[in-house]
Amino acid sequence: MNVGLEHYLIVSTILFCLGLWGVIVRRNLLIIYMSLELMLNAANLALVAFSRYNNKMDGQVIVFFIITVAAAEVAVGLALIVALYRKKQSAHVEDLTTMKL
Amino acid sequence: MSAADIFFYILAFLTVACGVMVVANPFSRNPVTSAMFLVLTIVFMAGLFILLNAFFLAAVQILVYAGAVIVLFLFVIMLLDLKEEERRKVKTIGAGLGTIAVGAIAFLIGRSILSYAKTLPPTELTLQGSTVALGRKLFTDYVLPFEILSLLLLVAMVGVILLSKKDLK
Repeated sequence: MNVGLEHYLIVSTILFCLGLWGVIVRRNLLIIYMSLELMLNAANLALVAFSRYNNKMDGQVIVFFIITVAAAEVAVGLALIVALYRKKQSAHVEDLTTMKL
Repeated sequence: MSAADIFFYILAFLTVACGVMVVANPFSRNPVTSAMFLVLTIVFMAGLFILLNAFFLAAVQILVYAGAVIVLFLFVIMLLDLKEEERRKVKTIGAGLGTIAVGAIAFLIGRSILSYAKTLPPTELTLQGSTVALGRKLFTDYVLPFEILSLLLLVAMVGVILLSKKDLK
């Protein structure tokens, strides 16, 4: 069976759902963050596949932007996690209930 | 089946398998193992990018993700002492409901892709993902987003420095 656009999209879907599952089920802030990275990567794969099968470069430019934004996001997010850890001595979402009513 | 197709199946399998090990490793719940499998996932995904003729993006993916992002992750994991993670129990009700929800979403997206794939016309693949073409696109059509992106990086840098100060005044 020849590999087409849908094959890449299915792989991207599987990776996205894995990331989503990790965000919902895992309770460690760092693992949740890695799952978010997985979801961003799944979107990147879908965009590159669309770019290839539509013969347009724009998808790759958007992926370039996504990678940059993801790098900035990781830096800020990890700084937030470190600041939280300094206050609460925990990187576990169930210990961070300050905003709960 | 051509060689590229075989490569696709191998890389796709490895990417998904390493992705599973990132979020649901049955042997260890240590964040360091997850980070290592995330590196592998990203490297195999760069392989998929090469199959899709996105050579520059594959290089950037490895440089930025495997080189910078994961190192940052490992640095923070080593900074925080995360020994107690291993002892915590996962709540079964929440995990079950989450799995059902994600399964439903996967079913929806998968069905929509498969139903759309039948109507997909076979296209001639002429795109060569050369760095020259990407750079030309980046500095003509997308020059404003590119400049805004540099501003975003500056803001992120200032924000991180501010956040990591000991006491904010």
